[in-house]
Amino acid sequence: MKKQHIAFLGAAGLMLAFVIAGLLYKGQRAEELGSMAQSSGAPFLREHAPSMGPADAKVIIVEFFDPACETCRVFAPKVKSLLSQHAGKVRLVLRYAPLHQGSDTMVKILEAARMQGKYWKTLQVMFDTQPEWASHHRPQPDKIWAFLPSTGLDVEAVRRDLNDPRILEIVRQDIADAKTLGVRKTPEFFVNGKPLPSFGLTQLQELVAAEVKANY
Amino acid sequence: MDQASDHPDPNWTILFVCWLLVTAATLGSLFFSEVMGLPPCSLCWYQRIFMFPLPILLLMGLFPLDAKVVRYALPLALAGWAIAAYHTLLQLGVIPETAAPCSQGVSCSSAYLELFGFVSIPVLSLLAFSSAVGLLILLSRRLAR
Repeated sequence: MKKQHIAFLGAAGLMLAFVIAGLLYKGQRAEELGSMAQSSGAPFLREHAPSMGPADAKVIIVEFFDPACETCRVFAPKVKSLLSQHAGKVRLVLRYAPLHQGSDTMVKILEAARMQGKYWKTLQVMFDTQPEWASHHRPQPDKIWAFLPSTGLDVEAVRRDLNDPRILEIVRQDIADAKTLGVRKTPEFFVNGKPLPSFGLTQLQELVAAEVKANY
Repeated sequence: MDQASDHPDPNWTILFVCWLLVTAATLGSLFFSEVMGLPPCSLCWYQRIFMFPLPILLLMGLFPLDAKVVRYALPLALAGWAIAAYHTLLQLGVIPETAAPCSQGVSCSSAYLELFGFVSIPVLSLLAFSSAVGLLILLSRRLAR
């Protein structure tokens, strides 16, 4: 055999092995997630997780996010418009994956805001002001406090509730579930327990549309 | 075309095996980061810097077979080997964690993956660099004869 042919075969073999290994890995992961989704909903869903949309919706988007993540900020309005696009059929459940240093403080502030019934408003303000307090992926939790009064929150109460054991437990549980599900990047979406085939808004829209079609 | 240069000889085969090896290592590394989504730590990045040029460099040395390729590829492989060795010792706990250069982001000392209980990613890297160094030295010895 000629050298060129040997080299070509070698290269083709390695590329093929790479592609096959990738497909096997994705298949295995989908299977694992699928078997987890069959059970009571955990680790995807937890009682404590904030959610938006009708409780009886048959399509549930679980989003693991980090308040300091720029892509999460960009996705937030798009995910909301997905809910209105399939009104009454889709529910959004938010889970935390505070991957940036310091973003656990943001998560705790959000949960403290929830105690005051101002969760979504606070999240909106947090995302809107994200460039101020988390420029270049370096969250500076101290800077968020200046923006909180605009939400109408009792900021003193937020400070007081920050280390409430219930909040710490929620954060701990979400981090544990993120680990179980292999969430290493944010935002990570699961639609009825299914991961996106690859990351992207179009892929999310298509997966939601497919699940709506399958369930209604 | 010259019949003799068209078919593989032992020297060419050694370099070719070395190329297969470094290409497999490069693809494997990309598999961990891009398919499995494991974030590379800073030590991993330094090893990648020395590994990723090798598939291209060695391929250029294969067509036509160029003895000088060892001169250019071996320093890269040795540098990568040294970092892989350091990383492996760090993960095994031989070098204390406080000496680790990673304070932020991904920890270099925690193992993300273990095959058969002891083969972690830095061990795989060390094996790949060791074999590449070995094959390149073997080739240079044969060519010097």
